[in-house]
Amino acid sequence: MSIDDILDLIAAICLVFGAFLSLAAGVGLLRFPDALSRLHAATKPQVLGLLFVVTAIALGARSWSTLLALLPVLLFQVLTAPISAHMVGRAGYRTGNFRRDLLIADELEEAVNEASAEADAAGEPVEDRGVGPAPDSTTSATT
Amino acid sequence: MTAALTVLYFGAGILFTAGVLLAVVRIVRGPSILDRVIASDVLLTTLLLVIGAEMVVNGHTRTIPLMVVLAATAVFGTIAVARYVSKQDKAAPTSEGGDS
Repeated sequence: MSIDDILDLIAAICLVFGAFLSLAAGVGLLRFPDALSRLHAATKPQVLGLLFVVTAIALGARSWSTLLALLPVLLFQVLTAPISAHMVGRAGYRTGNFRRDLLIADELEEAVNEASAEADAAGEPVEDRGVGPAPDSTTSATT
Repeated sequence: MTAALTVLYFGAGILFTAGVLLAVVRIVRGPSILDRVIASDVLLTTLLLVIGAEMVVNGHTRTIPLMVVLAATAVFGTIAVARYVSKQDKAAPTSEGGDS
């Protein structure tokens, strides 16, 4: 068993781990009850799965320059995954697309209520902050 | 040795396939557009991983630029959809609560 065989074997095992995380994301998407929980499952292959696959590619090619070319992939994914998760999470909260009975704490609701109370005290019109009964508007997903 | 590698490659392929199929099921079933966009994000990420796995199996590195471009632009679709989600898309969260 040469060193090449060992590296190939490690690369294949890394591939299997990455694929398993992909399957875990699929199972989580199917089994979790609401959008915010599914968001959690969706992030598993985005970072750790990609890390395994990038390791497998670098081990299979056995070159540092390949690993260097793959670093932007990891970098982009690590930078952009929180952005998309934040946007989806915010839209999910605003549209009420989650199950309130599953929440342990909802600190955002307290903050929204305080802000609304302050706006009331100041005599300003209360703007739609995205929770509670909202006016029937199709353009309510404003920033 | 080669047999072990083949078994591992096939195992990875089966796991990838199962993950993609489950994500497609969630895209079809919904119930809200947010669930669908999360599932399509998973679909795209799995595509990224499969492209990388194909490079390992076939022993080349020609599709690395494709991976870079996919990783850099995958976020735009999710952001665009999440930005313009309206209250009309609100689905009854309990409509699927039974299967959880």
